[in-house]
Amino acid sequence: MLKGKKVIAIGERDGVPGPVIAECLEGGGLEVVFQATECFV
Amino acid sequence: MNFENQGIIKRLADQYGPENLAVVLGNGEANGVEVFAETVMQGDPTYAGPLAGVALKIPVYHVLEPEVIDAVPEKLRDEKLQLSALVIDVESMRQTLQSSRAKL
Repeated sequence: MLKGKKVIAIGERDGVPGPVIAECLEGGGLEVVFQATECFV
Repeated sequence: MNFENQGIIKRLADQYGPENLAVVLGNGEANGVEVFAETVMQGDPTYAGPLAGVALKIPVYHVLEPEVIDAVPEKLRDEKLQLSALVIDVESMRQTLQSSRAKL
């Protein structure tokens, strides 16, 4: 699954934003190589 | 997925190899999740962005799926994701993403 993978975090403004995903995954020892937050409005 | 992010994902796939990457989404609604998944797994379905015709086959997860959230330390999970988990219906997105991942 995610173990050993480099993660691309694409968050959403009205969901979970990219920086939050990155912080959570890095806290779990995963490597986040890019994060962004998209907006569908 | 906007073209700028498509271009960055394509560059990262060239740099690290798509087999070493995973995408984690944070969408608040199921709307759009299928297109996101298709874009990074099979290529941009609109044939307009940098990933048009590029099947990277990168697995896509939602941050609230058990495979992802179980990797997050409990303290961070409580602080950062607990509220989202209450309002986001992840089950329908999970079904969509599981079905997309099964095709890889």
